[in-house]
Amino acid sequence: MGRMSLAQSHNPAENTGAALELLDVLCTLLLGAEDELNGLDRAIGDGDHGGNLARASRSLSELRPELAELSMGEAVTRAGRAVVMSVGGASGPLYGTLLMEMGKALPDEPGPGDWAAAFAAGVDGVARRGRSAEGDKTMLDVLAPASRALSEEASADLHEALAAMRAAAEDGFETSRGLRAKRGRAAYVGERSVGHDDPGARSALLCVGAVADFLGENKG
Amino acid sequence: MSVALLIVSHSADVARGTADMARQMAGADLSIAWTGGNPDGGLGTSLAAITEQLEAVWREEGVAILVDVGGAEMNSEMAIEQFDKAKAKKIRICQAPLVEGAIMAAAEAASGGGLDQVCRAAEEFSHA
Ligand SMILES: [Mg+2]
Repeated sequence: MGRMSLAQSHNPAENTGAALELLDVLCTLLLGAEDELNGLDRAIGDGDHGGNLARASRSLSELRPELAELSMGEAVTRAGRAVVMSVGGASGPLYGTLLMEMGKALPDEPGPGDWAAAFAAGVDGVARRGRSAEGDKTMLDVLAPASRALSEEASADLHEALAAMRAAAEDGFETSRGLRAKRGRAAYVGERSVGHDDPGARSALLCVGAVADFLGENKG
Repeated sequence: MSVALLIVSHSADVARGTADMARQMAGADLSIAWTGGNPDGGLGTSLAAITEQLEAVWREEGVAILVDVGGAEMNSEMAIEQFDKAKAKKIRICQAPLVEGAIMAAAEAASGGGLDQVCRAAEEFSHA
């Protein structure tokens, strides 16, 4: 009985069950990071990023029984919708769009390449929704390189792909710190945002890291 | 009927106040709705509430939305995407400051301007 791996299982229920376990991990992580993310947002934004993602996490936990009845693609799309409906700040439409576009791209029994393609579709969706690009000091500074790394390595070894995804996310986060914010409330503080961690980039890094950990624990 | 306005702010008080101000300046015939606050009543916006207000004010002449920052615009875009294409085409988000834009848009709507003119009136203010 494996946890979800990027490797394809022929039992969709098993895939979804493991995905729900991953969802629990992410929700717990984000609830625990509420104060840290609020603090980062307070420095260059409006201090609500942690609270917003905590609200999303609580809403997703409530949705768990419903998600368990759905196919992988439907569940990810439904989760994205719940994020949009529950959050109220800019992170709602952004993370919600990430999940909704991923869900639309996922086949019923996704393999590693399908997950990589879905992640890429989700990241494109975030860029379109936020009318922003890598380098604007947003979550895209982490998500875009992570997604590229996963896509490049997805056909090779799973562990290497996950390690590359995590390393790219960490590099992206470090690079983002030195940038000047061009989108979101942080853009209003302009030059003062340089040297501060973007709260969206930080939450994205936390999530990418947790996904890599979770999937890496299974030998695939 | 004239073009309707929808005010979307992170704060319910700001949204209500802006709508009141625009109505007092443009006249009681102005059709203007507002929504503000996240689904828990804190600062933020709610996709469900925006969609509900859009459904309430939608008309053939069009609806112009005025937003404050970030998430208000993205949630408004997502709300518009809930409508079928023909209806969605008649809903526009104005790229203008919330209060000033609402006043300019309200004046234009009350004097019978079409959706393009209403949005232009709001947006021109920001370049003035
Ligand atoms: Mg914020």
